[in-house]
Amino acid sequence: MSGRRIKSAPDLEKLRQEVISKRDPKKTRVAICAGTGCLALGAQKVITTFKEELKKQGLEDTVEIRETGCPGFCEKGTIIVIYPEGFYYLQVQPGDVPEIVEETLIEKKLVERLLYTDSVTNEKAIYETEIPFYKTQMRLLIGDNINIDPKKIEDYIALGGYSALAKVLSEMSPEEVIEEVKRANLRGRGGGGFPAGRKWGTTRNAPGEPKYVIVNCDEGDPGAFMDRALMEGNPHSVIEGLIIGAYAIGACEGYIYVREEYPLAVENTSIAIEQARDYGLLGRDIMGSGFDFDVKIFRGAGAFVSGESSALMSSLEGKVGAPKPKYIHTSVKGLWNKPTNLNNVETWANVPLIINKGADWFTSIGTERSTGTKIFSLVGKVNNTGLVEVPMGITLREIIYNIGGGIPGNKKFKAVQTGGPSGGCIPEGFIDTPVDFDELTKLGSMMGSGGMIVMDEETCMVDVARYFTDFLVDESCGKCVPCREGLERMSEILTDICEGEGKEGDIELLEELAVVMMDASMCALGRTAPNPVLTTIQYFRDEYDAHIEEKKCPAHVCKALIEYYIEAEKCTGCLACLKPCPEGAISGEKEEVHTINPEKCSKCGICYDTCKFDAVIIR
Amino acid sequence: MDEDKIDEIIGYHRTDKSKLITILQDVQAEYNWLPPDALKHIAKRLHVPLIDVFGIATFYKSFSLEPRGRHLVRVCLGTACHVRGGLRILETAKRILDIKAGETTADFGFTVESVNCLGCCALGPVMVVDDEYYGNLPPAKVERILRKYGHTSSNSSTSIKEKKT
Repeated sequence: MSGRRIKSAPDLEKLRQEVISKRDPKKTRVAICAGTGCLALGAQKVITTFKEELKKQGLEDTVEIRETGCPGFCEKGTIIVIYPEGFYYLQVQPGDVPEIVEETLIEKKLVERLLYTDSVTNEKAIYETEIPFYKTQMRLLIGDNINIDPKKIEDYIALGGYSALAKVLSEMSPEEVIEEVKRANLRGRGGGGFPAGRKWGTTRNAPGEPKYVIVNCDEGDPGAFMDRALMEGNPHSVIEGLIIGAYAIGACEGYIYVREEYPLAVENTSIAIEQARDYGLLGRDIMGSGFDFDVKIFRGAGAFVSGESSALMSSLEGKVGAPKPKYIHTSVKGLWNKPTNLNNVETWANVPLIINKGADWFTSIGTERSTGTKIFSLVGKVNNTGLVEVPMGITLREIIYNIGGGIPGNKKFKAVQTGGPSGGCIPEGFIDTPVDFDELTKLGSMMGSGGMIVMDEETCMVDVARYFTDFLVDESCGKCVPCREGLERMSEILTDICEGEGKEGDIELLEELAVVMMDASMCALGRTAPNPVLTTIQYFRDEYDAHIEEKKCPAHVCKALIEYYIEAEKCTGCLACLKPCPEGAISGEKEEVHTINPEKCSKCGICYDTCKFDAVIIR
Repeated sequence: MDEDKIDEIIGYHRTDKSKLITILQDVQAEYNWLPPDALKHIAKRLHVPLIDVFGIATFYKSFSLEPRGRHLVRVCLGTACHVRGGLRILETAKRILDIKAGETTADFGFTVESVNCLGCCALGPVMVVDDEYYGNLPPAKVERILRKYGHTSSNSSTSIKEKKT
């Protein structure tokens, strides 16, 4: 408990100055990413080793360890940054820590091998700004993550946090706030792209009290994790946006709905709410303005469809999270049938920026109809995976090649999937498309929440279509027939095709089912479910034909259509593949050519991974 | 089943019907699964029809109506993990433990589940055992990890079927 309530805008500024004055800008600080990605790569061990090592060297008081949110370059975790210099170390292992302490913290020298090395020029990058992954990004939302310990509100306040709220409460009327957000043309980052300001206005003007505001962090789109990074890494930016929205809309109660698969986001958000409450930034009479608002956190229980607004509200009411028909929008009749405004995490996080810097500044970023930045999760078959924040309108090529560093292993780019299970696959021919809400929709895909899954020549597009269809079969709530039955039938047809049982007319049948589902499904899940199937048919028809007519999977993915085989010329008879084969399907003696018994082979691919001589081939 | 313990959880949430999901989450955290008697007791205490309680317990994926193993192995099958071979990780885990996805080994040592995205997409394929994440995982490493949690080749002769639909 801080025991101190912030009573006004000047009071907040005073607190900020106090926090800053207690800090020595020259003090050495080691920022270590403690986001889920780096933790999966062993960041916790790095942190504890640092603490032990500093103790050993008697440096506990002179060096600060800050456990921060995710800076985005997950591929190269554990990431640490040493301030005040800003040395950027990647792929740090616990074993590297004593050397970092000795060399960099004490001697002020660089540990060269931990710096970013360009794979082509071999040039080293010392600072974040020199690393190609970060160079073309515009990190307005996630840029602060590395400077903030999400469990400490003072870190956020030190960077000017809650000043937008102070401005709103002391200088602006609710109508002015809505007008500013409208002028900024902030569009919903959760997938729909609906203008947030208009939605706010509708909820404000809708009859009925109380009104509610909700943060949607039920980030179910597979392949997207920017909301997790924001909620985990900088929860106060989202909470500040939410309080501003509540003031503008006239809501006194809010919810943050976090999916249960994100335990760290739940933890950090809960702490953030407590701390904001302690400072009087939540609760009664916020900052002495007379405005009352409080927020509760709600843990989802695992249902993709519950990310849909009406379904999420049902879930909050303690019911099955199935969508409702939207004759009346949730902005008018939502949670407990009261006017409710729901926005995605990233949308809320943009609000303090718009208030502080103004709508004109915001609209100067991005394209005319898609303003601001967007965070994408660049994953799949790409060299630099991680979270990428760029101004809208940047091309797919810039993201995948300049930031992402291209495709690993000199493989050929095949497609990029955007928009999750509601989106589509965009082929190489459209790689120079500018990325914004409207352009991606024109290609049959969509922006969605910002998942960007890169696929190379080893990805089978029919298998991808089947993957998304099966995903949705699993996640459809089953309430309406077109979605429930349509998906089941699509899955059957696609499975047949992948298993070599496809027949003429299957593609046409898939297209016919798609039309019905798009026309007649109740919610967006069903209406957009055919997108992955339709775009793969549209752009990769030849792969479907190869499966159906020639019974071949050109990408060598569909198990029923492939065979593992050992090339006699390349096999050295090293026995390496024999032992790990779980089926005992490989036979051979030392220094003799090995063979695979196709009867026994379960096509698990372990031999393919094991062979150092590329002798195991798939045909 | 300890009725007092469940009453304590319900009481903590002020016997509020709208907290049903949270109550079930807390009960599951206590028992590792949702025993049928617990569901009946909750329905009675909250004055909610039992079918609604079952409706929620079967709709949301995180609830289990069957006892689960001491270690929960979750293999991510999100898109990024899928294109990087997540399915092969799941198949390997299933083969090693000799159970299907959603099942528990006979000695209640392990339950294997697939999950639709854990949000560690940059590190795919990913497997999580209890709260420990394993990223960039090759299938060949799965067995070593499971051994860390006490798997030996003998503890999975027959499996308990997961009846949840």
